[in-house]
Amino acid sequence: MEPFVTLTGVAAPLDRVNVDTDQIIPKQFLKRVERTGFGQFLFYDWRFLPDGKENPEFVLNDPRYRGASILVAGPNFGCGSSREHAAWSLLDYGFRVIIAPSFADIFYNNCFKNGILLVTLPDDAVRSLMDAAARGVAVTVDLERQVVETAEGASWGFEIDPFRRRCLLEGLDDIGLTLQHEDAIAAYEAKRKDNPLAVFAAR
Amino acid sequence: MVAPKTLLDKIWEAHEVVSQGAGKPSLLYIDLHLVHEVTSPQAFDGLRAAGRRVRRPDLTFATMDHNIPTDVPSVIRDPIARKQVEVLAKNCAEFGVHLAGIESPDQGIVHVIGPELGLTQPGKTIVCGDSHTSTHGAFGALAFGIGTSEVEHVLATQCLWQQKPKVLKLELVGRRPAGVTAKDVILGVIARHGVGFGTGHVIEVSGEVVSAMSMEERMTVCNMAIEAGARAGLVAPDETTFAYLRGRPFVPQGEAFDRAVAVWRTLRADEGAVYDKTITFDVSGLEPQVTWGTNPGMCVGVKGAVPDPAQAASETERRAMERALEYMGLAPGTRIEEIPVQHVFIGSCTNARIEDLRQAAAVAKGRKVAPGVRALVVPGSKRVKQQAEAEGLDRVFKEAGFEWREPGCSMCLGMNPDIVPAGERCASTSNRNFEGRQGRGARTHLVSPAMAAAAAIAGHFVDVREWLGELEAAATGGR
Ligand code: SF4
Repeated sequence: MEPFVTLTGVAAPLDRVNVDTDQIIPKQFLKRVERTGFGQFLFYDWRFLPDGKENPEFVLNDPRYRGASILVAGPNFGCGSSREHAAWSLLDYGFRVIIAPSFADIFYNNCFKNGILLVTLPDDAVRSLMDAAARGVAVTVDLERQVVETAEGASWGFEIDPFRRRCLLEGLDDIGLTLQHEDAIAAYEAKRKDNPLAVFAAR
Repeated sequence: MVAPKTLLDKIWEAHEVVSQGAGKPSLLYIDLHLVHEVTSPQAFDGLRAAGRRVRRPDLTFATMDHNIPTDVPSVIRDPIARKQVEVLAKNCAEFGVHLAGIESPDQGIVHVIGPELGLTQPGKTIVCGDSHTSTHGAFGALAFGIGTSEVEHVLATQCLWQQKPKVLKLELVGRRPAGVTAKDVILGVIARHGVGFGTGHVIEVSGEVVSAMSMEERMTVCNMAIEAGARAGLVAPDETTFAYLRGRPFVPQGEAFDRAVAVWRTLRADEGAVYDKTITFDVSGLEPQVTWGTNPGMCVGVKGAVPDPAQAASETERRAMERALEYMGLAPGTRIEEIPVQHVFIGSCTNARIEDLRQAAAVAKGRKVAPGVRALVVPGSKRVKQQAEAEGLDRVFKEAGFEWREPGCSMCLGMNPDIVPAGERCASTSNRNFEGRQGRGARTHLVSPAMAAAAAIAGHFVDVREWLGELEAAATGGR
């Protein structure tokens, strides 16, 4: 998992409430063999018209927001199905931060597992951020200091669980955490020859 | 004095890399990681995304089974299935993992090839992204199924965080009647104690009945431990185990094998070991079993009848029975022997080993599949197929009107072209009779290989014990 410390970038305002994971990634795209490559299907039914052309009305197709790395959205973002593909598609598209007044539980967990920072801010702060984004003002999200700032000088602090914060700052996923026991694993492997059950275990 | 240990205790302690004390998960070392095409692609992809490698390719072994068509295996028409198979080959090449692919003489269902290649050995910890990994417990290995993120975790670290399961002792006692197979024993146990009796436990199977079983039979029992909700099945290794393993490609050879056996002999529960639960099951009165419903516990003896939901112990159970009967298209009170079948499937990781095929062939020999019945025999692996052909079993089946197929999971789960059409009935030697398992609307009845062959010939379920002469001949002539 990529560590996340701080990021300054373009924010895209998605002014909708209750965005569910079926919208984030429709089910016909779940049969793939990869965990990556889902970005092209992100918000598929909103981004593309039935004939497959881009829908010019949708925010991510607006030239101002191409290359956005921060998504600012309405409350209860990520509700519905538990599909981890939703997190995979957001990350693959290029989002590292999502800011909203509230998030659905399972989606929240899935995002942190995949290195996406979710920032919960009050309604009025989210509203101000959406306005700033629309004016093309860059946004900075600093996890170390736990603060969101605009290039115009507005700033808001945010709360986050210390364990999740540490995992993100250090880029630790489950595997990363286990690898912190690398010495123990290596020591175990080294003394396998003395372990009567493991002697014959290697093929 | 050291407290007496269960077999699970011994294997567990030998594999703890990090122990955090009772009640907290331990980091367990994994000796053998089996990989197949369906649950591994995202795991390999995860490694790639994080720039990680497979820590121990030498402890990892891959094959292809779920998606493989069993008519012409190299021609996969379903593009998604083909992709999964191709991706596995590519991943194995990229990460240096040994692959027994479609063309390999070692290819087969993952739980059939592990034991027959001697990869499965007593005392090992074995995982696979597949719930029927419990099969390997027949050798006294701690073997359990895992999910895709755990597959990735094992690939990267060769370890897994695991909470130590509880241990249930299942003692199989009594005299097993002729014509009653290991499949009937495990179905009988699940029918009596329910599909959840093993939840949260590893089941240590012991008693005179299991001691007398062949390795094939023990694998059938452990395969279905998961259908009782158990994490794993476990049988202490003994002379039968050692004789089965001697000379297999991946076991130590010569003197090294004898040294291994000396260690493996210590793998049994100590006298006075304490279990969280004990169940004793007497097999003496058991009949060949046939499932009538949509889970493996919905099961009766072949001389019995479809039960009446009105007799159910509870309201919830009554509704479950009614729903199952509706799905299965069966009326309460119907005698099992009157139920006709249109399909017969002899295969799967439960019952597609050489002994299973011998028993089915003994029944099929000199007889004909009933008109209107389509019967498939799908060996569990290339090696099983080769052995069966060397013994002439393929000819017996073909002369009787069975289709003789290439190895794979086939009709066990219908992820490949072998599917039972909606509303039709299949006598199947596999392990799950869930709704839709063999195809949308398909009606599955789980039975032993001999019972499946007999149903193919009669066109309906019959008590195979009435055809016993041939079975005894196979049992003595085959070993
Ligand atoms: S044969 Fe059936 S149960 Fe066994 S691994 Fe294949 S699909 Fe799973």
